Amino acid sequence: MKVPFEKLDKAFENRLRLQIMSVLMVNDRYDFNSLKDLLETTDGNLASHLKGLEKEEYIVVHKAFLGRKPNTTYEATEKGKEAFRQHLDALEKLIKQQKVN
Amino acid sequence: MEEKNIHDDLAAIRSLMERSSKFISLSGLSGILAGAYALIGAAVAYYFLYFDLPDELNPYAITRSTVVKGLFYGGDDGQLALFLLLIAVIVFIASVVTGIFLTIRKARRKNQAVWGRISRSLLFYMAVPLVSGGILIVILLLRGHYGIIAPASLIFYGLSLVSASNFTFTLVKYLGLCEIALGLIAACLPGYGLLFWAIGFGVLHIIYGSMMYLRYDR
Repeated sequence: MKVPFEKLDKAFENRLRLQIMSVLMVNDRYDFNSLKDLLETTDGNLASHLKGLEKEEYIVVHKAFLGRKPNTTYEATEKGKEAFRQHLDALEKLIKQQKVN
Repeated sequence: MEEKNIHDDLAAIRSLMERSSKFISLSGLSGILAGAYALIGAAVAYYFLYFDLPDELNPYAITRSTVVKGLFYGGDDGQLALFLLLIAVIVFIASVVTGIFLTIRKARRKNQAVWGRISRSLLFYMAVPLVSGGILIVILLLRGHYGIIAPASLIFYGLSLVSASNFTFTLVKYLGLCEIALGLIAACLPGYGLLFWAIGFGVLHIIYGSMMYLRYDR
C-alpha cells in the first residue's frame, strides 16, 4: 500500500519548524527569547528556521522595542495554520495506514 | 519517515502546545495544604466566636456575642472583625508560601520555567479580580459593612480562578465556579459566613487538591 508521503509539508520536515508552529498555533504571539527557552535551541538555529517559515509566509514577524531592547514576536498566518492542520491530518493518515498494514 | 518518527513528532507537538500555553506546574499538594490551613484557621475563629475564653487568654475581651454582632450581623464592632481578618491573612500568607514552594519544586520536575510568560499571564489575570475585590472589601469594611467579607471574598476569589484558568488546568475553572456559587449562597445567608469560608477555602481546596494530586502530581 502506498503511503501518501507527498501530502506531508516539506516546510515541516524539520522537527524544530514543526515545534515552532505548534507553539504559534495555541499562542497569538510568542517572542524570540521565550521560544528559545521553550525549545531549548540556539539563537542561530532558531533564527534560521524562523526565517524559513517566514519565507513560506507561514508566520509573520513583528519587530518592536521594549525600552532599548529589541523585542521580536512571531505570529502564525492563516496560511501557516492551514498548512499545519493539513500536515497533522497527513501524519494521522500515515499512522492509520501503518496500523492497517 | 518511520512510524517511530511520526509518533515522536506528534508527541512533541502535543507537549509543546500544552507547555507553551498552560502552566502545568501547579501543585495539587499545595491545594490540600491550603485547605488544611483554612480549616485550622476556621476552627480557631470558631473557638473565639463560640467559646468565651478566660480573660488572661483574651486580652481584647472578645466574647461570642460581640463577635457575632460585629462580624456577621453587620454591627459596628470593628476590632473583632479585624481579629478574624488577621486569622484570614495568616492563612492566606501560609497558603501562598506553601503554594510557591511546592510549585517551584514541581516546575523543576516538569522542566517548566516558574517565571515565564505563562506564569506572568496567570498571575496577572488572577490578580485583577483578586486585587479589585480585596480593595472593595477593605472599603466596605471601613464603612462598617462587616457582613460583606465572607460572600465577597469567596466571589472575587472564584472570579480570579475562572479568569486565570485559561492558562492552566481546566479543574481550576470548576473550582472557581464552585467558589462563586458558594459566595452567592453565603450572601443570602448572613450569619453563616464562617461556615461558608470553611467550606470554600477549606473543603473545596482539599477536594480540588486531591483531584489534582491524583491526576497530575504523581
